[in-house]
Amino acid sequence: MLKQIEGSHAVAEAVALCRPEVICAYPISPQTHIVEGLGEMVKSGEIKQCEFLNVESEFAAMSVAIGSSAAGARTYTATASQGLLFMVEAVYNASGLGLPIVMTVANRAIGAPINIWNDHSDSMSQRDCGWIQIFAETNQEAADLHIQAFKLAEELSLPVMVCMDGFILTHAYERVDIPTQAQVDAFLPPYSPRQVLDPANPVSIGAMVGPEAFSEVRYLAHAKQMQALELIPKISREFQEIFGRESGGLVRPYMLDDAETVVVALGSVLGTIKDTIDEMRADGISIGVLGINSFRPFPISAVRRALSHAKRIVVLEKSLAVGIGGIVATDVRLALDGLDQRIYTVVAGLGGRNITRGSLHRVFRMAMHDQLEPLHFLDLDWGVVNRELDRERTTRRSGPIAENILRDVGTASRQSV
Amino acid sequence: MGFQPIKFYQTGTFTVGNRLLPPEQRSVQADMQRSNALNSGHRACQGCGEALGARYAIDAAMRATGNQLIAVNATGCLEVFSTPYPETSWQLPWIHSLFGNAAAVATGVAAANKIRAQKEGQAESQTRVIAQGGDGGTTDIGFGCLSGMFERNDDVLYICYDNQAYMNTGVQRSSATPPAARTATTMPVGPEPGNVFGQGKNVPLIAMAHGIPYVATATVADLRDLEYKVKKAMGMRGARYIHIFVPCPLGWGSASHDTIKLARLAKETGLFPVFEAEYGEVTNVSKIRQKMAVEEYLRPQRRFAHLFGKSPKLDVIARFQHIADQNIYKFGLLGEDKATVGYYGVESV
Repeated sequence: MLKQIEGSHAVAEAVALCRPEVICAYPISPQTHIVEGLGEMVKSGEIKQCEFLNVESEFAAMSVAIGSSAAGARTYTATASQGLLFMVEAVYNASGLGLPIVMTVANRAIGAPINIWNDHSDSMSQRDCGWIQIFAETNQEAADLHIQAFKLAEELSLPVMVCMDGFILTHAYERVDIPTQAQVDAFLPPYSPRQVLDPANPVSIGAMVGPEAFSEVRYLAHAKQMQALELIPKISREFQEIFGRESGGLVRPYMLDDAETVVVALGSVLGTIKDTIDEMRADGISIGVLGINSFRPFPISAVRRALSHAKRIVVLEKSLAVGIGGIVATDVRLALDGLDQRIYTVVAGLGGRNITRGSLHRVFRMAMHDQLEPLHFLDLDWGVVNRELDRERTTRRSGPIAENILRDVGTASRQSV
Repeated sequence: MGFQPIKFYQTGTFTVGNRLLPPEQRSVQADMQRSNALNSGHRACQGCGEALGARYAIDAAMRATGNQLIAVNATGCLEVFSTPYPETSWQLPWIHSLFGNAAAVATGVAAANKIRAQKEGQAESQTRVIAQGGDGGTTDIGFGCLSGMFERNDDVLYICYDNQAYMNTGVQRSSATPPAARTATTMPVGPEPGNVFGQGKNVPLIAMAHGIPYVATATVADLRDLEYKVKKAMGMRGARYIHIFVPCPLGWGSASHDTIKLARLAKETGLFPVFEAEYGEVTNVSKIRQKMAVEEYLRPQRRFAHLFGKSPKLDVIARFQHIADQNIYKFGLLGEDKATVGYYGVESV
């Protein structure tokens, strides 16, 4: 059914249609509206036979999810930013134990400095945690991916993180087609666990493993992610058959066929990039974009196939690997190993900074003319940066960086300089 | 169940043979049909109080639930010595997740059990859950999750096996380590040797402050009392907490054969009050039968060796005695009616 609906509520309704059995959550912006929606639906009886738990921390949220999933319940939680970091130990534990928990990450920056706005630093920090990570471009896709995520998680017995841009998607009202219960039931069978805590058939889960078997257990985690490379497109096709629209998959090419310059990106910024590309195409520029839907597993072959004909690649990412540059870009480079292409990394949109079409036009044209430096920070205010560097060179007690910069840009009081 | 008065002069000690009791009052461990939930062959040290406590507690809970029990274990000695895979000592469904989250994992198990019961048309789940950990996993790193589980009154019995330090990592101080005790991080050096006075956390009292249905303390010196408390806890719903005092020969520098003796002395000196509480009120106290000086408890343990020797630290020992006396006063551990209160746990509940 078509609805004009907030992204968070679309996700809540999609999760509800998956017949979750345990939902546990701790509030953190911008994830809150999702779990508020689900909490209300459980309390009102709209979601039947489901336990909703308000827990005391994200660490507890993931821990409760581990317990309920291991005891055989379809389990969902959601988090963001600091919350994801606070639960990290349990995040690794859930994937290590092979528990098919589905979690939304409403992508948000990580402090310090504290910042509630969108970028991908949070989920990117967990890129090696063993979870499958899929990114939504639109709210429709965010809703659809959650339905696919339960199927994917439960077939592989691996947890799945559905990443959606905080505020940009979670708090945006747009048209979303919410499926019917019959459609979801036809797509998603009841959860049949591979391992379960059951008094009738007692097993020990989470035993200590030494050097004699640890590598094998870890290899199997990798092998499962490799299986996901086959399963994700298969599930996407099955989804299309029942729901009648394309959602998910590994990568999403746009205007790639003859493109000399190809942009690579994840998440909602793909919309702005596509608009920019349409405008540049109208000017006769041969440019396209590859959206990466599955970040873990990283679809190396699909990315290489899609990009092998391009002259240059611009990886535009909302994350920064401090001390080296790009996170996504590093993976893209691996996929393009041995090909003779220029690869640029553009770090953009950190902490919610707008990524405008104007800026994209500029940076893509610089790339086209190979005038871009290998690592570019989109719309960086060099004046502010240089002033702080100068201050640190000349003053021993130069003070807290963030506060200095806020004063420089005029957000804080100028008088106390 | 009716109360069967036991005349202690029958044996002259606290040890009453099972044959003197009607079958329903006999200990779970004495039963050939006991579950052996923590089976033999595990790798605990000789004289391990935690292994003993866990064996009695889990078997009692298995009996109380008709073997419909799931255990969640925090990281620690109990986890390590019981599951060096491919060996496992656990004869019940058992999960270990992390050091600090046993209570929350158990909450998740209880939630899943509840929903399964609903789907099977039952009012409440017949499968129950126990979370267990050492003092570090309970009073320190797992404390947030424990308090959350208490506060929500989740249907979990949490058992803390308190051996008063981080034994698995090599005897470091926890918030359950007593003052003056030598640990690897509170060495007996400097002007105030060992752990300092005035610190530490009394988790049974904090548990009571949550107003949960049941809180109890126990020691491995009185395993019948422990069985009774576990059975009683499993007869209730909601958050329940049992804190068991379990000596650690390795960490305390005590003889393996002194585990029971030290546990008894901890209770008989007043240093470890043994009591029950319901909904935040103390309902039952195990009286001190024969009051002992704290010195009797401290002296056999090498972790307190620096208090004795050529020039005994009488002032420090006096501070210990003060703690014991305060406990005796607060909990009313010395009463007129000695050694009769709920001792065998056979009064009706």
